[in-house]
Amino acid sequence: MCGIAGIIHKKAGKGVNIGQQMTSMLQALKHRGPDSTGYAMYGKGNGNQILRFKVAEAADLEGSYDIHATIKHRLEIVNSRLTELGVKVVKKESPTEYAHRYEVEFSGDMKKVADFVEDVEGVEILSIGNSLELVKDLGDASVVSNQYGLNDFNGTHGIGHTRMATESDVDIRSAHPYWAYPFSDVAVVHNGQLTNYWTNRRSLERSGHRFSSNCDSELIAVYLADRMSQGDDLETAMKGSIDYLDGVFTYLVATKDQLGMAKDVMAAKPMVVYEGEDMIALASEEVAIRTLFDHRIDTFDPYHGEVKVWQN
Amino acid sequence: MAELRKETSQEMGLHDEQLKGRTQKKFFSIDESENLTYFHSFDVDTSKTATIDALDMTPREINREIRELMEKGIGDITVDNPMSRHGVGVGILNRLNLTFSDSLGYFGCGLIDGPNVHIKGRVGWSCAENMMAGTVVIDKNAGSTFGAAIRGGDLVCKGSVGARTGIDQKGGTIIVGGKTGAFSGFMMQRGRMIVLGDAGMNLGDSMYDGTIYVGGEVEELGVDCVQADMTELDVRYLTEKLALYGMKTPRGVEKMQKHVSGKMLWNYANLEPNEKKLIL
Repeated sequence: MCGIAGIIHKKAGKGVNIGQQMTSMLQALKHRGPDSTGYAMYGKGNGNQILRFKVAEAADLEGSYDIHATIKHRLEIVNSRLTELGVKVVKKESPTEYAHRYEVEFSGDMKKVADFVEDVEGVEILSIGNSLELVKDLGDASVVSNQYGLNDFNGTHGIGHTRMATESDVDIRSAHPYWAYPFSDVAVVHNGQLTNYWTNRRSLERSGHRFSSNCDSELIAVYLADRMSQGDDLETAMKGSIDYLDGVFTYLVATKDQLGMAKDVMAAKPMVVYEGEDMIALASEEVAIRTLFDHRIDTFDPYHGEVKVWQN
Repeated sequence: MAELRKETSQEMGLHDEQLKGRTQKKFFSIDESENLTYFHSFDVDTSKTATIDALDMTPREINREIRELMEKGIGDITVDNPMSRHGVGVGILNRLNLTFSDSLGYFGCGLIDGPNVHIKGRVGWSCAENMMAGTVVIDKNAGSTFGAAIRGGDLVCKGSVGARTGIDQKGGTIIVGGKTGAFSGFMMQRGRMIVLGDAGMNLGDSMYDGTIYVGGEVEELGVDCVQADMTELDVRYLTEKLALYGMKTPRGVEKMQKHVSGKMLWNYANLEPNEKKLIL
């Protein structure tokens, strides 16, 4: 059934420890989806682009004797392709053998970078942005946050997901959030099932969009990217998605300074919202939001077909 | 239809199935006391009070603690710090004054028969599902499928509720102080629903029976839900029922809209595909 959560601080100043807040909410939603956990969190940024990518699946490490050499080889190709395009890597971090975080200086076309890097077999760009840090892996929130050192992440807002795999495999590729390729700093998490996925996917692929998985949720990210590339703002694109997507869904989307929520016309998937003066928190269940407070809070359920967008 | 195996059917309508040589259900016996009493129903004294601090308790521990207090005859229990946990306050089958000092999660106070519950917060999905009798009053908002399949009692939310309120309602009264979401009263079979605010689309869709009163605007009526005339009895009923919970509608109960089943039962008059084949 999956669990989704989001948080946005209106007065974050130098940033709030949203890593801990998101982990706390996602861990409380573990019963909704134990297969994988993902975060899309937004820091203050330092002007550099942040490139998050993986060169293998977590499960690949157990499946082949030469996987370590393969990973090393793929990483060398990625580095060489970045150099070839004039991308200057100023900082490299490797939370796991297969997942990497590069801070890069580059003022050119990041779509071209993404396409060139993803052309390497087994490589997938998880996100590109000035402030977006997209992390996803197998396991619950405490496992993933410890693995990737997210417990001290300072930022302004974020969205996250605990996945119970129904439509596709248990792997990082099918885990949420999805980056809205090729848009910097746009990510999506979804709870539900989309029944017109293949029809719409084929249509978007004919328009030149790419899908990196077979997970129906990716359709939302690609659709929003498509609409925004045609000039829609986030809220307009999200309102369009209510009719465009068939099935049951509640999804969250984040940009560098916004957090949005949309619910299908049947209101079939849950969402609870806390709207405070300084902070908005959303989750599939109130039990997740409640972990952030030591006092009573007022919450509400959004209505069918409702779209809401908050700005930080 | 498969023929019943006579050798396994028993008297009084009860029968067992033999699966892999093992009896799955006990045979009925007149000598077993549980066949003659209401299992897990306790005789309590509402002047005896107790408080549970549920901060570090699991739902199972909270429910067990409530039951143990009832076994001791305590009839007025307050649960502090329920922390929006799911499935709390369920299966209470006797009179009891039960107060939750904060919000509950999913399936709160389900399968109850008799207690008077006050929740000083919000509730998640499916609050008071299958409630038989008693009252449940929620001070704030409620999630979807509020009062699903309730059979009796009063279920009151002073705030707004989500979608599919009173789905499969079989009796009792659901009162909503604010708005209710889409498909409220879906497949309603009996009882009354009173919504003081607006109602979302497909109100009363496929309802067989029962009455839905709406004080605000109705976005759209569902299949087979029709508007009916308010009578003096309706006005009196609404006035007295709302007064019980200190609730009012700004426009006055006389201006509420009443909805009932059109009794066409569109979705249920169709033949099954294999039946259609027979006719054709």
